Amino acid sequence: MRVNRRKFLAGTAAIAGAAAFPMPSIAQGAPLKIGLLTVKTGPLAAGGIQMEGGVVTFLKQRNYTIAGRKVDFISADTGGNPAGAKVKAQELIERDQVDLILGPLASFELLAISEYVAEHKIPMLSLAAAEDITQRKPNPYFVRASATSSQAMKPLADYAAKELKLKKVITIVEDFAFGYEQMGGFQQVFEDDGGRVLKKIWTPIVTPDYTPYLAQLSGVDAVIQGFAGSNPVKFMKQYADQGLKYPVLTGETGGDDAELKSFGDEAIGMISACPYTIDFDNETNKRFIADFEKQVGNWPGFYAAGLYVNCQVVEAALKATGGKTTDKTAFVKAMRAAHLTDTPRGPVRFDDKGNVIGNIFIRKIVKENGKLWQKTLKTYTNIGQFWPFDEKKFLAQPVYSRDYPPLKS
Amino acid sequence: MNLWLLLAINSITFGGLLFLLSAGFSLIFGLMRIPNLTHGSMFMLGAYVGASMVMTFHLPFWIGAAIAALTVAVFGGLIERLLLRRLAGAEQAQVLVTLGISLIVADFCLMVWTGDPISVATPPGLVGGVRFVDLFFPTYRIAIILIACVIGALLWVLLDRTRLGAMIRAGVDDPQMARVVGIRVSRLFTIVFCLGAALAGFGGIMGAPILSVYPGLDNDMLPLALVVVILGGTGSLLGSLVGSFVIGFIYNYGQALFPELAYFVLFLPMVVVLVLRPQGLFGKQAP
Repeated sequence: MRVNRRKFLAGTAAIAGAAAFPMPSIAQGAPLKIGLLTVKTGPLAAGGIQMEGGVVTFLKQRNYTIAGRKVDFISADTGGNPAGAKVKAQELIERDQVDLILGPLASFELLAISEYVAEHKIPMLSLAAAEDITQRKPNPYFVRASATSSQAMKPLADYAAKELKLKKVITIVEDFAFGYEQMGGFQQVFEDDGGRVLKKIWTPIVTPDYTPYLAQLSGVDAVIQGFAGSNPVKFMKQYADQGLKYPVLTGETGGDDAELKSFGDEAIGMISACPYTIDFDNETNKRFIADFEKQVGNWPGFYAAGLYVNCQVVEAALKATGGKTTDKTAFVKAMRAAHLTDTPRGPVRFDDKGNVIGNIFIRKIVKENGKLWQKTLKTYTNIGQFWPFDEKKFLAQPVYSRDYPPLKS
Repeated sequence: MNLWLLLAINSITFGGLLFLLSAGFSLIFGLMRIPNLTHGSMFMLGAYVGASMVMTFHLPFWIGAAIAALTVAVFGGLIERLLLRRLAGAEQAQVLVTLGISLIVADFCLMVWTGDPISVATPPGLVGGVRFVDLFFPTYRIAIILIACVIGALLWVLLDRTRLGAMIRAGVDDPQMARVVGIRVSRLFTIVFCLGAALAGFGGIMGAPILSVYPGLDNDMLPLALVVVILGGTGSLLGSLVGSFVIGFIYNYGQALFPELAYFVLFLPMVVVLVLRPQGLFGKQAP
């Protein structure tokens, strides 16, 4: 997987080009090298393939030319683990000398390479949701156009308490940082709005059978799940098999549009909060969905949309700098100043830490013409990573964890 | 009180699924001394092939399951004939080869079925559940217990009561002598390997309506097969059966009572057994 076809072609083309034109081309005419850290093998591959599809869809729409600069796209497979991410980041930066990095997918990959990439002053646009990368331990070269772990969960909690009038819930999610941060945000907003989280259940990432946990769900108005990868599909199936009828609410990974084709009918009625929704009604999104489906064969979910928007941010920054990427600080500044109005998720801008401010969609899975689809119930606009809290106050509290915020007894 | 009862019943059904998974592993490891690390992959391959048959080609579930088991049996037979045959007795090489094949199978499945999880519909007739006092119990899980028991009984009859079973046992105990009396040991071993593979594939498609099918399913299941077989004792059918249900109980109660220690609780009994009784609960003393 080290040399894929595209890299091989790019390499041969470069050699042929060098032979034909012995004069070195001036720097400005040099192609823009974009490296993608994604996952194409192993259990996280579904999201990784979506990410690559999002980038390729964008580049094909632009004919591999952004803001007048030809693009060299290099896709690297990390295998979905921190060690692999480190090796591939080194390859991209030191061997391929990329101008910027898209990805990686998972938070633990991001945490493994964040410092290294920042040392080399390489701008990085990731959808890994680890909160502190844009909060308490910010990386100055980082931009996140998707959402932090809790950015969609907080509006979800607001909707659950105010619109659905839910009072008592139990949360269930994988036992890792992304899970803690999702449910921490949910709990804080939900309890501020008068609800109660009775219990927070943490499950191992690998859980073949959820029934022991399902047996503990009782006496609530709804269940909040935050599973990722292939776990939501498994969880919902077992949830229905167990005869449970409580409404299920979830975040961006638990109700991802890319899994609409994988879910069975038991997912109908599930409400999720996500920075992207497949039923968002604008031309850019419709074209994105059509082109993506042609490219990948599945619908795009928030991984694909996240990367597509990342590419749009790069495009906007390139236009602002006149195609220059040599001054990295100026380039990151231009990315963070980007003010996009026309993306598949609506208007997008950034705060001073590089995290997105934009729409969060509350939607429900419905069955239309024999297939599952999303129907938006409410759009929360201009949601930043601290919403609805004050930034200073939010940063003064510890990062969400297993024990924070504590359960009320 | 209800929670306890529910966990108990669920432990038994999960044990049934574990038995389908581990019986083949135990058979291959016990009779042929091959630590077959492709067993998880065979489980996953069976699940994927079966899922395709049922969800894409709309075949009836049981026909899909039969095709899945046969496909994986053929796959197992090929591995045994072409690769493992040459490595008889070399356990280290067998471990490496089977591990390598499992990686190849994982990427092959990713290429063919992509990374998106596939949810397999519960076979019609087994949808829904049984209400027992005020406990709800899915019919399909009860069916799995029954199937596991039937398969366990059939395997026992095959190994203990038929001529083929006697030949297999003879071939294992003393291959040289078995050959002398005219038993074709090499063909027997292929049959055993195919049977073990078929069981894994069948377990995969039987588990699919509960577990769904996704990349990484192989690595999720292999440790469970290992822990069952080590606990129960290799090569012992009874060991696999008892081991499966013991692990089923430990898994369910452990996760409900000590969710933080879920994996510790699962593997602790394995460590204890290895220290106190290395051959497993029902295993024979190593010769």
